[in-house]
Amino acid sequence: MSVASFAAPVNKSLLSLDDESRAWLADLRSSGLERDDAVGRLHALLLRAARFEVARRRPTLPHLRGNELDDIALEAADDAHMSVLARLDDFRGASRFTTWVYKFGLYEAAAKLRRRAWQGREVPLEPESWGMFETGLGGPHEELEQSELLTSVKEAIQTALTPHQRQVLVALAVNGVPIDVLAERLGTTRGALYKTLHDARRKLRGELGDRLEVID
Amino acid sequence: MEHPDLKQALGRLIGPEGPEIGCDQCFAELDRYVELELAGRNADAELPGFRSHLSGCPACREDYESLKTFVGGKQAL
Repeated sequence: MSVASFAAPVNKSLLSLDDESRAWLADLRSSGLERDDAVGRLHALLLRAARFEVARRRPTLPHLRGNELDDIALEAADDAHMSVLARLDDFRGASRFTTWVYKFGLYEAAAKLRRRAWQGREVPLEPESWGMFETGLGGPHEELEQSELLTSVKEAIQTALTPHQRQVLVALAVNGVPIDVLAERLGTTRGALYKTLHDARRKLRGELGDRLEVID
Repeated sequence: MEHPDLKQALGRLIGPEGPEIGCDQCFAELDRYVELELAGRNADAELPGFRSHLSGCPACREDYESLKTFVGGKQAL
């Protein structure tokens, strides 16, 4: 079963809009100064969201200076601005318009910061370490169980998955490469990669079967 | 060296069980899911498979936490 077939039904009809959302849409679909003003206010909303995300992640990016972070926030707001204006017809009123808008600003900023954090770093597609499967806790019996489980996991990854599934699973789930970073390096999309990951996980779960019970 | 919990590591590897949406639909429904939660409604009943995806996709989980914090706090006002 593919990940797409798990999708919940989407109601494409436009739901009843709150007054503020309706006003935003009317202004952005108007013309002249009214539209220019709305477009400017929209950018301000997105910049606020992008700056929030940059500030939230700042502790994880100590090598970036303040002006670099400001530039990233502005670039994220610019990109999100274009996305929102191009996708206005996708807004269905399932949330307030501003909430729908904010997710674009936050998403663009987060994706840029994740990519920036991995800039110049090699993306490991082979296991860097299996240490996370060796807790060093428990007695000899637990250690033996963990060792046997690790052997089974390695074998299942090697035999049950296609080379592409193996690379994606190892990079994302073992080496902790962010999915948008891997998508950029492999020239694909986040959605396509997650489907590959989903299929690989399903195969792995089926292959390991009862052996997973050791962790319960 | 500190080792993450074995169960957590294995969980990242084999992912969530049960129905799960993909990243594209997660992004499409993210604003709705967050508003349902902030309104105290049962978001998981209205959007099945969303929560599973958040547990299987760290990037989407980060996007969710960020939007919920931003909209739920005073930053978005």
